[in-house]
Amino acid sequence: MDYFAQQAINAIQLGSIYALIALGYSMVYGVLVMINFAHGDVFMVSSFFCLLLLLFLPVPFVAALIIVMLATAILGVAIERLAYRPLRNAPRVSAIITALGCGLIIQNTTLSLSPYSQRMPELFVPVTWNFAGVTVSSLQLLIIGVSVALMVALDFFIRRTRYGMAMRAIAQDRMTVPLMGIPVNTIIAMTFAIGAALGGAAGVLYASAYPVISATMGVLVGWKAFVAAVIGGIGSVRGAVLGAYVLGTVEVFTVTVLPSTYRDLVVYSLLLVILVFKPYGLLGRPAVQKV
Amino acid sequence: MTRWFRQPPPRGVLLTLLAAGLAACFVIEQFGLVDDYVRFVLITLGINIILCVSLNLVNGWMGEFSVGHAGFMALGAYLSACVSVKWLAWGDPLWMFPLAVIGGGLMAGAVGFLLGLLSFKTRGDYLAIITLAFLMIVKSGLENIPYVGGARGFLGIGNHTTLLWTAIWTALTLWAIRNLVYSRFGRGIVAVREDEIAANAMGVDTRKAKLAAFVVSSFFGGVAGALFAHQLQFINPGVFDIVKSTEILVMVYLGGVGSLAGSILGATVFTFLSQVLQPLGTWRMVILPLILVLLMLFRPRGIMGMREFPWFVPRREFPAKEDKK
Repeated sequence: MDYFAQQAINAIQLGSIYALIALGYSMVYGVLVMINFAHGDVFMVSSFFCLLLLLFLPVPFVAALIIVMLATAILGVAIERLAYRPLRNAPRVSAIITALGCGLIIQNTTLSLSPYSQRMPELFVPVTWNFAGVTVSSLQLLIIGVSVALMVALDFFIRRTRYGMAMRAIAQDRMTVPLMGIPVNTIIAMTFAIGAALGGAAGVLYASAYPVISATMGVLVGWKAFVAAVIGGIGSVRGAVLGAYVLGTVEVFTVTVLPSTYRDLVVYSLLLVILVFKPYGLLGRPAVQKV
Repeated sequence: MTRWFRQPPPRGVLLTLLAAGLAACFVIEQFGLVDDYVRFVLITLGINIILCVSLNLVNGWMGEFSVGHAGFMALGAYLSACVSVKWLAWGDPLWMFPLAVIGGGLMAGAVGFLLGLLSFKTRGDYLAIITLAFLMIVKSGLENIPYVGGARGFLGIGNHTTLLWTAIWTALTLWAIRNLVYSRFGRGIVAVREDEIAANAMGVDTRKAKLAAFVVSSFFGGVAGALFAHQLQFINPGVFDIVKSTEILVMVYLGGVGSLAGSILGATVFTFLSQVLQPLGTWRMVILPLILVLLMLFRPRGIMGMREFPWFVPRREFPAKEDKK
């Protein structure tokens, strides 16, 4: 039972990080109907931003979180401006390929600059408590707390503010929205900025929880988050969060019954099964094709 | 001179060229006319052409987006390696190797059939995600099968991929896919790209067309994987990852979607470029995607997109006037 509770906390921690990344995939898909394959690598590079920052300027955790989120947001907007915006009216495949290409460029640039895994300096010294045999560290609580706070803020932003409303409007009908005086380009850039900033937060949290970072993290962790977004129903913000916690739970408990090498197999099989039986994910709306 | 290339070649020219090419490969191989490096690059070129043309069938002519081609390669590579190393190791490579290659192709084709079934319900982005999941499942599945070496890889594969075999399979792939896309049935595949619902309304069996495209494409993907395994003599699951798939995508979209000549061109440019850029190490994989992104921004359909070199087009496609004489 203790063991089970311990694993449950680990699952929530992992799920929270996945959720932050998955939100970036889902928001961009919701607004632009485009899979931003580069997002996983944006997450990866954000933890390298964090590393660089700490090497030159040992700032406290909150400052590091904010600076990295800002830097990552700028990167996200830059990618959108340079690579995706010119293709907005091009065939859909072109945009997907460009996203895949951007991801590879980021990943391999990082790999070329830092061929080996890097050890992260400790962002803060965690305190551990023991509740009836279950160990909880303040770091775990911090990760879960920061993630949940960001998710609640995002949900509020999308549902309650004018900008959030504009985003939902663009997701519904991109052709009509400019006629209502909504600056589409600004809102789309904002979507990328928020998505990337959340990825940046995930990068900082991930690097403090698992302090060895490498250039392949975008594939290993980022793509899992993508799977989470798809399982939840890509395009749906709440679905992304749900999918992330489902995935985190499945991953953590797979390792308790099977060798850890089976983790990817189980995760991607789950994805395939869900797509076959529920093609638009758990909370996604089916796309209606008009003739 | 240019008039020559605007019309189909005189009868028999293609066959003669093909025979001459195969004979040249045989002679080069037999008498060792080129050094090992050139031979290696030429074989890689052939394999890349097979991969590029076969992926082009799904991504170009049918207009879907598959990122799973490296998975089919992996299936073909592993099955053929099992045949040639474990099951028929006593056989003479002369008949055992083609059997291994065909076996690899059939294995990949069978799995391609299953993936084709999934493509009935889902299209576009979701199908791309399914192919991605397929790729990851194949890779991590192979890592967990100790019989084929697990994550450490499959060692001791014979060096059976000769220049001649590569040339024969390349020609076969080009021939099969040309005849498929210019056949009455193959037009259905192109119709799926243009508008699936309209195609259905016109009486095209889109399900059959999709299945055929997936099966043929994955069969030749598997063949390429088999040749690849017997060229490198060592494979591990890590080789067949998303980067490998992306390399094939670069070739397809560089050369041009829906074009045989484009596929050959794309594979050729890619093969030589990646050899030239070899000294750059990992920066090579920065430059190649950068080329892809720039290409998408400035020439989204690739060099030969949707156009074809007339020599690859069947004679009946041309106006009857030119066919006389």
